[in-house]
Amino acid sequence: MSALEPTDPQGLDRSDPLVAGLAALAADAPAGLLDRVAARWVRVDAAVGGVYVAMTDQGVAYLRTGQDEDEFVASFRGRFARPLLPGGTPPPALRRALETGRPTGVRLDLRGLRPFEDAVLRAAADIPRGEMRPYAWIAERIGRPKAVRAVGTALGHNPVPLLIPCHRVIRSDGRIGQYVFGTPAKERLLRMEEVNLDEVGTLAAKNIHFVGSDTTGIVCFPTCHNARRITPAHWHGFRTLVQAESAGYRSCRHCRPGADVS
Amino acid sequence: MTETDIRLPIVTALTEDLDTGFVALFDGYRNVVFSAALRLCGRWADAEDLTAEAFLRAYRALAGYEPQRIATLQPRPWLMTILANLWRNAARSAARHPPPAPLDDAPEAADPGEPTERVAERSETGRELAALLGELPEEQRLAVVLRHVADLPIAEIASVLGAPEGTVKSHISRGLKRLRLLYPGRYDERS
Repeated sequence: MSALEPTDPQGLDRSDPLVAGLAALAADAPAGLLDRVAARWVRVDAAVGGVYVAMTDQGVAYLRTGQDEDEFVASFRGRFARPLLPGGTPPPALRRALETGRPTGVRLDLRGLRPFEDAVLRAAADIPRGEMRPYAWIAERIGRPKAVRAVGTALGHNPVPLLIPCHRVIRSDGRIGQYVFGTPAKERLLRMEEVNLDEVGTLAAKNIHFVGSDTTGIVCFPTCHNARRITPAHWHGFRTLVQAESAGYRSCRHCRPGADVS
Repeated sequence: MTETDIRLPIVTALTEDLDTGFVALFDGYRNVVFSAALRLCGRWADAEDLTAEAFLRAYRALAGYEPQRIATLQPRPWLMTILANLWRNAARSAARHPPPAPLDDAPEAADPGEPTERVAERSETGRELAALLGELPEEQRLAVVLRHVADLPIAEIASVLGAPEGTVKSHISRGLKRLRLLYPGRYDERS
């Protein structure tokens, strides 16, 4: 480089083709890159009341009810350590899911979960509206039959309740158990889905946790839609699945009370 | 606008509200961080990942900083230091676990992640030069990219590399010399 060449204040010789060529390699960041880093929040009205939802470019990452805006932002920050900005646009599927309790088509961002939590929540996601399964059923399904208590903890840590319906998981003894938004909210949600909690409670008091039909020879959880169709004349209650199986019943393929049915 | 003009409102915004300030930080530096990322890792999609990860780490670090530390922050070399560390680590783990060789590894091949309109407007020369950067040793490449693509002053590069300014200058001049040798004819230094 000659001292006579024009130089800019940084001391770069822009007439040097290599310097000019390197400078031309600068590129603008693509649009939308901020959404790779920051989540957006939005408030959606749902049957349970106002719901705050945080979304990343991967999907819904966090959902809370019963909080105000500041509490929601603070709890998101504490849990995800990611910037959270206002102005999310809720996908139409999200509103529909919150109205109907059927979260089809809503993308979820579950990246922050440990593998065990992820497995628990994916198993819970399959429970249809209006039905319930025991904690132990989830533990069986994910191949960790002894981890019933840990299943409860993982469900309590659910970042997206309602969208992953952890309120549909109850205790094996028929009591509804705890919930991330509190037991009364769980009971309210289940009743909104027309789960007959009183009947489940009555059966549990009689030590009946499975019901079968002697016309089909199939045994179900009491809230399975197949169980609800059994007419009183053909209805049989069982305390355990083993009892039902030794009476010649097989597990329902819909609610899958037996872990061996896949 | 000079770096001083850009820096002050961003640092002020960061001390007032982290999330709002972060958007200002991102808007102020996304292009320079992305340019450096793109010319360090060489692939559009990797550069997007690297830039997003660098800003996320920056946010997490800022969340733990005292206001005093944010007030004295020099965002540009600080962000570039985060980026450089991520790039070095990624390069090291790629060296340990090399990905399967692509079928078409020619430097002329269009970067699959890059939008087509950009491929069209970018010259053949630029693509060749970008590929040549990959031939430089790590620290030379970093110094050349920060100086000549990202347009950082020597003092800031010295803080990114954690090296004296003299060392930085020598990395840069060796890097440029090597680029001229790799591409004889086009970038020869004039006598």
